[in-house]
Order: sequence, then structure tokens, then C-alpha cells
Amino acid sequence: MLKRTPLFPVYERYGAKTIDFGGWELPVQFTSIKEEHEAVRTRAGLFDVSHMGELVVKGRDSLAFLQKMMTNDVAKLTDGRAQYTLMCYEDGGTVDDLLIYKKADEEYLLVVNAANIEKDFAWLNKHAFGGVQLENVSAEIAQLALQGPLAEQVLQKLINLDLSALKFFAFQDNVDLQGVKALISRTGYTGEDGFEIYCRAEDAIALWEAILEAGKEEGVIPCGLGARDTLRFEAALPLYGQELSKDITPIEAGLGFAVKTNKEIDFIGKDVLKKQKEEGTARKLVGIEMIDKGIPRHGYKVFAKGEEIGFITTGTQSPTLKKNIGLALVKTEFAGLGSKVEVEIRNKRLKAKVIATPFYKRAK
Amino acid sequence: MNTPKELRYSEEHEWVRVEGDKVRIGITDFAQSELGDIVFVELPEVGTEITANEPFGSVESVKTVSELYAPISGKVVEVNEELNDNPEYVNESPYEKAWMIVVEPKDMSEIDNLLTAEQYEAMVKEG
Repeated sequence: MLKRTPLFPVYERYGAKTIDFGGWELPVQFTSIKEEHEAVRTRAGLFDVSHMGELVVKGRDSLAFLQKMMTNDVAKLTDGRAQYTLMCYEDGGTVDDLLIYKKADEEYLLVVNAANIEKDFAWLNKHAFGGVQLENVSAEIAQLALQGPLAEQVLQKLINLDLSALKFFAFQDNVDLQGVKALISRTGYTGEDGFEIYCRAEDAIALWEAILEAGKEEGVIPCGLGARDTLRFEAALPLYGQELSKDITPIEAGLGFAVKTNKEIDFIGKDVLKKQKEEGTARKLVGIEMIDKGIPRHGYKVFAKGEEIGFITTGTQSPTLKKNIGLALVKTEFAGLGSKVEVEIRNKRLKAKVIATPFYKRAK
Repeated sequence: MNTPKELRYSEEHEWVRVEGDKVRIGITDFAQSELGDIVFVELPEVGTEITANEPFGSVESVKTVSELYAPISGKVVEVNEELNDNPEYVNESPYEKAWMIVVEPKDMSEIDNLLTAEQYEAMVKEG
């Protein structure tokens, strides 16, 4: 049977159409992907992302352990701040991409992709040392994401904390949200301003309803995974399994900013990633836009000069730009802006060109 | 779910309307609602021979690509060019504005193999 989040019982009331997403029965849309996408770009939308995994790292040696496991410099994190990082294999391939929240000196919360929870937990356990304690609390924690330009205005109605003072990638734990105890983080996966809110599983429905009620005037609507995917794609935020995998390194995926090869402690994969950073990689993730009529999709082959040079990792018609665009992992010699390529769509090779990413950037 | 009584239906969710010695073809209301926002429709050119149960084109929603299967064999004599610029017609008006092709069937009796509105509705309900 498919796994369900604590919000499953209310999906139907909001008209959700559910799909099997990596073993989870999740809403792909409530009204329409385009409408939900637009709501987040212009107002705000509420997502159930409770399928995401939460792992706790505690105890003496926590920092040394995380420094060994993570590509980013975890020592830079201060209490109340979050950091985007990756975990890699020795060969530089990616185990997962995740957020680390520093709660205290010897207490960190790791938020990982749903499909990777067991794999990540086993990987961390395999390398744990000293006084490190690991706990998988995924089932106990629900996560909602309120995203969009009006997210702050809506959420502010529900709490006393001054949200305008909460900076990007900062969080506040133990906030009282209408009687629900929550961790509020100014992070997201849509390319908009917004918040990710963690609470106990049993409080999720009350919180979901309170936020929708508070956002009625602003036009906040429930949003599904379909819109989440098109939103993160326009912002060129990677999705594990598409832009990242055990066969794709963070450097190839353009995530060098989260790979700190100069930090003091050697991390798993450092040798390969350092070399890739210094010498470049044979392939690179780029944006492409179709010139001919056609929509690029995950897995389609990319050609140039008659030669297969890579594949599409994600593609769709961008709801914001109304253009047929994709992210593609291609040979570096064809990765330059304006470079002409072809995408094979149903046995036809259609013209496309390399364009800059992100495809969408919000006005500051 | 809207399923006009006067049309015939394929198991692949196409509808067929007989118009004299020709048939008009599109996709059903159920199909468009399952697919979600349609953003691209790829149709054959006039003159193309299509074969029953073989793909003749595709529709793409934001999320996925679905092939269109010919409900009947014959020659394409008209194509709805409007769908190039207005793929959303498939969601808004699946039986009228979003007709896809008109076909001159090889054998008009193939129509009898298609489902009636009641049969199609029953099939959809069974899942």
C-alpha cells in the first residue's frame, strides 16, 4: 500500500487528484497545475510536503561527523540558520541533496528527499562515529510550505513573531501558531519568498486549515506536486533523481557553491569533486529552449553535429514564460550559451539552443 | 463527466462523430480532465493514412505526454490547426472547439466496433 501523509484525510475536500510519487499517495494537483503555479508566482500557495524526511543528528562529534558527510561547510552554520548541502559517494556521485538546520551546538535537523529517507539514514549510520546519535523522526513530523509573494503577509496573521525580521535561510523553533507548536523556516523550493513549517503530524490538519483560512483574502490556494515541480524547475532548483543522482555529481549539476573543497575536514567525495572544480567536468547541466515546436521531457536524448551529447533531466512548457524549455546534462563543449543542439522527440530531432538559467528569477 | 449520446468512443478515450461519409475525431471530457492543462497538441498532416489502434499524434499536459490512438483506419482530410495556438480548447471544449482530425474511413463498418456512450461510461467507472 502507498504511504500517506497526515493530511491525506483532507485532500478530497479540496479536490485533490492523487498520484503514486515514489511510493507515496500525494496530490499532483487540486485545481489545475497552471492555476496553482500562477497563484504561487503572484499571491501564495500552500503545499503538503510531509513526505519529506527528517533526521536528527545529536551529541558530541555531531559537527565533525556532518563535516565528513556533507559537501558544504557545516561549521559556518550558526544557531537558527539553515544550509543547503549535498552528501556524496567517494566517486563524487550524489547520495542526496538536503537542508541542515542548526538547532544548537550538538543538535542538527536534516531534511532529506522522501525517496531517499532509508538510504540516507543507512548511509549516515554506516559512517557514524564517537558520540553521534542518529534518529529518523520522519513519521512524527509534518511539513507544510507556504510559498509566494504574499506568504509573509498571510502567515503573519497567525503569529506574534515579527516575520519581516526572519531572514532567508533563517528559522525559528517552538513558535506558537494558533496553539500549534511549529518550526518556521524562511526557505522553499519554488523560486519565491516563502516559509517551510514543521509541526507534529497530529497538528498538520489544524495548521493546514488555519493557513488557508488566514489566506482567504489573499487568494491562497492548496497546491500539488505538479506545480511544485514546474515552480522549482523554472527556478532551476535541482530534483534528486533528475538533475542529481548517484551518477551525477554536484559539480556537473552546477552546485559548486555548496561544495566547499577548502574546508578543514575531508568529506566523502572530496578528491573527485575538488579535481572537478579545478579542472572542469566533461559534462554540464544547462538550460535549453526549443526553437522547433516540441516539449522536451525527462530522458529525451540531446544531439549536436549528429552526435549524442546528453539527455534532458527535466522539461516542460514553462507556465510563467510559456516557452518550451528544459534542463539538460550535455558534453561541456556544447554547453556554451547560444550553442545549437537537437532534442529527439518521438524519433524526430528538433532544434533547440542553450540558454541561461535560472529561467525565472523573482524581482527583489 | 460529459459523454454525448450521439458519439462513439474508443477504449483509448477518443470520440468519433459520423458526418456523412467522414468522421470527426477528438478526445473525451474524461481524458482531458485526467490529463490536466493541455499545452501542446501534435497532429498528422492532411493526407496521412492512419491505422486503427495505432498512434496518430499526441497531446501534452504540463506534466505528461499521451499518445492519441486512431479509433478507425482511413485518410486524414482535415486537421484542426486552431489547436496549435489554442491547446487549452482541449480542456475547455473537448467535443466542439477541440475536434482534432476529420478522417475518410477505409471501412465505415469499423464504427460498429467502437463503444456507445453507455459502454464508454461503464468502462471509465470500472477504472
